Amino acid sequence: MESFLNRYRGITILLLVLFAQLVLLAVQVKNGQDVRMIRVWTVTAVSPVARIIEGFRGGGAGFLRHYILLHDADAENRRLQAEVDKLKIDNIFLKNELDTANRGQALEVLQSHIPSKTLAATMFMTGAGSGSRVVYSDRGSLFGVKRGMAVVTADGIVGKVTEAYPTASEVQLVTDPDFAAGVVSQKNGVLGTLKGQGTPLCRVDYVPTDEKVDVGEWFYTSGDDRIFPRGFPAGVVKSVRNGSPYKEIYLDPSGLQHGLEDVLILIEGVHMEIPATPPTGQPMYIGPPVPAAPQPADATAAGQAPPARPSGPGTAADTLKSQYQAVGAAEGHTFGEGEVGSKPPDFTHMGLPPSAGAAKQPPGKAPGAKPPAGQEQAAKPPVDTREEPDR
Amino acid sequence: MSYSGERILLSSEREGRISRFRVWIMLGVALAAILFQAYIPLFFQFLGFLELPLLVVVYFALMRRDQVAGLFIGAVVGLAQDSLSRNPLGMFGIAKTLVGYFASSIGLRLDVDNVALRFVLTFFFFLFHQFLYWVMARALLAQQIALDVQKTLLLGLLNAVVGVSLYHFLDKLREKS
Repeated sequence: MESFLNRYRGITILLLVLFAQLVLLAVQVKNGQDVRMIRVWTVTAVSPVARIIEGFRGGGAGFLRHYILLHDADAENRRLQAEVDKLKIDNIFLKNELDTANRGQALEVLQSHIPSKTLAATMFMTGAGSGSRVVYSDRGSLFGVKRGMAVVTADGIVGKVTEAYPTASEVQLVTDPDFAAGVVSQKNGVLGTLKGQGTPLCRVDYVPTDEKVDVGEWFYTSGDDRIFPRGFPAGVVKSVRNGSPYKEIYLDPSGLQHGLEDVLILIEGVHMEIPATPPTGQPMYIGPPVPAAPQPADATAAGQAPPARPSGPGTAADTLKSQYQAVGAAEGHTFGEGEVGSKPPDFTHMGLPPSAGAAKQPPGKAPGAKPPAGQEQAAKPPVDTREEPDR
Repeated sequence: MSYSGERILLSSEREGRISRFRVWIMLGVALAAILFQAYIPLFFQFLGFLELPLLVVVYFALMRRDQVAGLFIGAVVGLAQDSLSRNPLGMFGIAKTLVGYFASSIGLRLDVDNVALRFVLTFFFFLFHQFLYWVMARALLAQQIALDVQKTLLLGLLNAVVGVSLYHFLDKLREKS
């Protein structure tokens, strides 16, 4: 060792002196981040070594733990398996809860957008027997449920109440062989009777063979049975065959497609129009109404009527519906009631300004009530399309 | 031990003659060189090209023929030069330490009393010193210093010329053996 140092004495001392000056340099100089170079060099020199040491330590400990000390692996595996099973059950439960929430939301939307008075109910049991087509809801006569009331979901009709007990009610499903309801096709307005078959499909009976019904066409309740108000989806046509004297039409009832947990019982049914397009089955978001814009002062002073626009929540159809309801309420009429041939509400003044409506006279007939030019068109009542010749 | 002035390469280390200087002479010469480097260019800017401390280090290292002595001479002169400059301590120190070490190593093998060899060695060590300083300034201080090769070569020639004359004067200060 001594001979080695003597032999390389010069280079050894050179390295020592250089190292000492490098340290001296590093103590003085700072880098761009105002850190002394000696710190940078020290960290740069030490960190790889520390990383290697940590790698050896971590690797060794991991090897020891993962491959050598496996005494509790089996117990941990069983514990994790049990935990996975529990999580699967929780997942299924949460999915069911989510489905329930979605159905509840759909029913809430339906409840707020149909004119009928409804009662939310939950089906809590089915009738005894393997071929039973009846279910029981948790709402009974104490909540106002009576025999013969219709039961619907957001997807369509479900059945009707056949027995009303104080705290529950029995509902006969549309698939029950004794079930019947009046239906009408969407495209051509073909009337028929929906009957249960005891199978998942229902049959539309009493449709003459010369009527046109297509596969995929929707049937809606016609309201003729005085149980289901007009306009609720009944189902979609799955098959059509010509029979004698009636067609054999089989229908897939839409109200049973997404389960029967949450339903609406129609306490007071109100007829609706058959929609022009088949139901999509997807709940649709309806945004809040547009806030009323401030009316210009000069326009108000001139007596000009503001442009027609939906004033209530929802669409223009909602506004029209609310106008009809307002007229009915003003004349003391309850929609869905009244005998055939009774006097209907007077809708001819609907849409007029309050002053004109209060006069109950057409514009221009009352003395001095002639509207200014340009307002005549706006003051005309809406045309009732139901009285068009082609309808 | 005889010394031949006609050969450049020495047959052995023992063949080389070790020149000895009094300590105060070495210190005085080194101090004078540093003072010259620090103050003379203030009054005579055209003398700023001279690197007298380097020439002194090269001379003493070549003549001492001892690596340890050479590197210490270089380190001391370099650090002293650093202390009088704006550089961080160690920049000239490291460069001149290496110059002193290599110069003394060459002095062991070559006849450093040869004038032509002194000229070549001075020119070479000037370039080596400048290049080393440039590398350290870029690597350690992150200074973007340009290396003008032509100017450096020219300054090396001038310093070599001055160095040969200086070495002739310093030879007079050697102790008589």
